[in-house]
Amino acid sequence: MAASDTMVTADRSSTRERAAGYLLRRHRFRAAEALPWLIAIAAFFLFPDRMTFGSQVLVMVMFALSLDLILGYAGIVTLGHAAFFGVGAYTVGLAAARLQWTEPISGLFAAAIAAGIVGFITGWFLLRYRGLTLLMLTLATAIMLQETGNLRSDISGGYDGLPGLTFKPLLGVFDYDLYGHTYYLYALAVLAVVFYFVRRIVYSPFGQALTGIRENVRRMHAIGSPVHWRLVTVYTIAAAVAGVAGALFTQTNAYVTLTVFDFDNSAKVMVMLILGGTGRLYGAFVGATVYMVLEDYFSKLSPTFWQFGIGLVLVLAVLFARRGLLGIFESIGQYISERKKS
Amino acid sequence: MTAALQVEGLNRSFGALPVTRDVNLALERGARRALIGPNGAGKTTLVNLITGALRPHSGRVLLDGEDITRLSQADRARRGLARTFQINQLFRGLTVLENLCMTIGERDGHCNNLWRSAGSRRVVIDEALDHLDSLRLTDDALKLVRELPYGRQRLVEIAIALAQKPRVLLLDEPAAGVPSSESHLILDVVAALDPDIAVLIIEHDMDVVFRFAKEITVLVQGAVFTQGTPNEIMNNEQVRAVYLGQERHRGGHHG
Repeated sequence: MAASDTMVTADRSSTRERAAGYLLRRHRFRAAEALPWLIAIAAFFLFPDRMTFGSQVLVMVMFALSLDLILGYAGIVTLGHAAFFGVGAYTVGLAAARLQWTEPISGLFAAAIAAGIVGFITGWFLLRYRGLTLLMLTLATAIMLQETGNLRSDISGGYDGLPGLTFKPLLGVFDYDLYGHTYYLYALAVLAVVFYFVRRIVYSPFGQALTGIRENVRRMHAIGSPVHWRLVTVYTIAAAVAGVAGALFTQTNAYVTLTVFDFDNSAKVMVMLILGGTGRLYGAFVGATVYMVLEDYFSKLSPTFWQFGIGLVLVLAVLFARRGLLGIFESIGQYISERKKS
Repeated sequence: MTAALQVEGLNRSFGALPVTRDVNLALERGARRALIGPNGAGKTTLVNLITGALRPHSGRVLLDGEDITRLSQADRARRGLARTFQINQLFRGLTVLENLCMTIGERDGHCNNLWRSAGSRRVVIDEALDHLDSLRLTDDALKLVRELPYGRQRLVEIAIALAQKPRVLLLDEPAAGVPSSESHLILDVVAALDPDIAVLIIEHDMDVVFRFAKEITVLVQGAVFTQGTPNEIMNNEQVRAVYLGQERHRGGHHG
């Protein structure tokens, strides 16, 4: 009797340890997480003449990452995320063209703050709604910002945009080069910093509360979660990150036009994220890269019909990879580990 | 002594249909009260009014003497008012352990922290496991909620409410949808609740009601029909006519 009692106790405590260990270790960095960064650095050496394109990929990865925070984790569906990308893009664009503020890094901070403020104000109003209503309101936000820019084309440059911007050398040393090498490394460094912040947020108790809101908002209310404030907070952060991505876009292209606010831009970033896989951080890396590379490849293959290729890939992804491309890898990983067990 | 929960003159209607009519109710500390009534009597609506999921058109709700009528659902929950739902409201895509950690995190305000890793608070995880232990759910800790059989999901529903450390607990048909072979597990948990918590239980099963409750409130068409001890209610002819009689009729229908 006593012996079996101790066995039961030991058994239970080992179950507890296993359960606790899972949560205690979950937020630690895994070796596989180095992979995207190694690939990005390898790309720098393998494709030295495609670095301008590479910078665009990194910008879109960051943009998709910001959307993952609100769509993948908090479950907010938006069709107006380009609004914040655009605010960031125009913050550094206008600062350079109208105020001669051309220092790049302080420009990023200004863009983050400006986009964050717009995110906070619009989020505070819009996040009381969900579903279709929210979809339409976010869409309207981006259009209103675009039309405001159009209305004051004397400042914004209208649809001709702000061409031929010049920025000061990075850290006062590294200048812009024709092949975009400097800006590729710059974009990669900024992405790494932003990613670290986003990753911390995702694994924080706040990040857990976001998944709770995504999974069951009624239960969150019932356990005392200030749901609206949680959503406004994450919306503001995501807006700021999208603003940084927009600022990098302007800086790497040295121009910006009102098309950054286009519905196309909002839709494209959502497609990228869903293609890669939502709610898993690295879905943004996979989705944005695959989308951009395919777009580049198909548009060279057939300049008129390239969108057909993208469309086909999306249909296949929706039919066979519901959880995105990363979901496929996860399924394969699970399959292998189950085979090993049996 | 102020009641743990006091409801005064509560009214609510949906359009022209009054669903809660001038309801008065008091739960002393440690109370065990059952709320019964025929289908459509407005039992769940009353729970929603008390917890703040719905706003009353008139009347007051007091928690330990404090007027909480105008507070949000979340504010009431943080003041110690917990509930379970008639139909499970769980984080189905998360593990059982995460469901509990989330509740404790929101209760203690950890979820305002954006920087520290959720897994770095051993105390939270240990408390969550203690709650699971007491309901014999430890073996399911790492399973996703949606993978559990419905009866065990019902236990998670109760575990979450208890992890809120409530002063007042509203149980909306805790054994609903659970096969009778498993329902005793849930009822044992209900019977063993901390004697300090004031409990209001909505239940259709009269055996459960008479076993668990020390007081019973009968709700008919949104209004309090009568209240009393289980014996008084059982021997009340009118109650038998409007409620128990109907039960017997329904039982006969099924049989």
